[in-house]
Amino acid sequence: MADVHLRHDGRPRVVITGIGAVTPAGTSVAETVATVTDGRSCASPITTWDTEGHAVTFAAQVADFDPDPIVGPREARRVDRVSQLGLVAAEEALKQAGLTADDGQPAGDIDRSRVAVVVGTGVGGILTLEDQIETRVTKGVHRVGPLLIPMMMSNATAGLIALRHGFHGAALSVATACASGTNSIGEAADMIRAGRVDVVVAGGSEAAITPTAMAAFARMAALSTRNDDPSAASRPFDRDRDGFVMGEGAGIVVLESAEHAARRGATVLGEVAGYASTCDAHHITAPQPEGEGAIASMLGALADANLDPDQIGHVNAHGTSTPLNDAAESGATVKVFGPAGPPVTSTKGSTGHLVGAAGAVEAVIALQAATTGIIPPVANLVDPDVDDRLDLVMGQPRSVAVAPALSNSFGFGGHNASLVLIPAGWSA
Amino acid sequence: MNRTQIVDAVYDACVEVLKVDRSILTETTSFAEDLDADSLALVEVVMELEEAFDLRIPEDELEGVSTVGAAADIVARHVEAAA
Repeated sequence: MADVHLRHDGRPRVVITGIGAVTPAGTSVAETVATVTDGRSCASPITTWDTEGHAVTFAAQVADFDPDPIVGPREARRVDRVSQLGLVAAEEALKQAGLTADDGQPAGDIDRSRVAVVVGTGVGGILTLEDQIETRVTKGVHRVGPLLIPMMMSNATAGLIALRHGFHGAALSVATACASGTNSIGEAADMIRAGRVDVVVAGGSEAAITPTAMAAFARMAALSTRNDDPSAASRPFDRDRDGFVMGEGAGIVVLESAEHAARRGATVLGEVAGYASTCDAHHITAPQPEGEGAIASMLGALADANLDPDQIGHVNAHGTSTPLNDAAESGATVKVFGPAGPPVTSTKGSTGHLVGAAGAVEAVIALQAATTGIIPPVANLVDPDVDDRLDLVMGQPRSVAVAPALSNSFGFGGHNASLVLIPAGWSA
Repeated sequence: MNRTQIVDAVYDACVEVLKVDRSILTETTSFAEDLDADSLALVEVVMELEEAFDLRIPEDELEGVSTVGAAADIVARHVEAAA
């Protein structure tokens, strides 16, 4: 009899035993999924800095985020927002996995030298960087603080999660712009398949709603300029889409070899069954128009999962609400799944685009949707102008059979990454 | 500027940077042992004081500064020199 803990290729199966999210849609997985399933948009005017003169004056922000209960007031002062968000999301995931107690202390009888952390980010602690550059220019070089480097470095969130929870396996940051969260989860799964570690805390975190970053994204014409109606701005696949809405937040999953999870009696939420990643090698920011790299990424993830396209219950698209992405991705998705493919959603209509956290948050949302069979609608989508063979979820959530999900992320740099997630209890 | 004012300012900086209760602070309070402050935190405390008194205290002068009182001494020296 086949070993239930091994994949079709004989390597360890990778299961998910904890999930956490802090997003514009809520400061937990439950809140986030509820908001997204309602199709509510979370964009609003920026209030934390003066937007006078800016081409874009709104974003999808994590409102009223208080890191103190988890991070502590002293530590919060020396940790950039990007890491505060990541630490709080990791806490939720680790508590669910039974590896952290309610009081934040270590829990579970595991070998912490075999726990890794892989948490990606697009740009790391850019809030701190901008603040300190301004300090240097306005107050002088001697006022630059000693914490700038440990606060801004891209690997800070991974290192801080390892530090807080005493995980001594590798702690890495994967930086592939808007694909960072998906790549992090995929690379983390590969570490477990390779037998290097038993558990990986994986995901992405981003907090880049800063004056300079917003000005730069606006200069690229990447952002929606719908300043007079922020909540209608993120509208993936819609004819009136005019760019993405900058978001912030973090998504974290606890991955574990199936054998390790079974041995300690952990509750399995699902499985990272498939992962693939490609690079367009076409242009530093524009997607390859035929979506060749995206197609290869999706097909690769399906092959890795040993599933046929018709076994996928829904797709959580990258769906940024930019004219170029949504056109290329819709064509690529139809090429992979054919004209009668599964329902497709993009939850960025609700959350905005969380950049390096997007793929991780969307993996969490996709796993929940696959588990409940309730697929969130694309918020603000009223008049699709993409390939009409794409079965977009519009208006209301869609009920489907419990089945695997495919989640895509694509990033500046030409990065494409896809995950196939199987909900617990599903079998082919 | 008397010493009490300077010590008060060091207390203020400790409360701001280290989020400690002001009532536990004395001149013999050790940054490392009593306040669990690392070298980066000490630099931050001193930067608060530089800002408060419009001073520039070179990093190498912080070596060996282990207590609240020692930090006040350094500030007092610079305040005096600037007067």
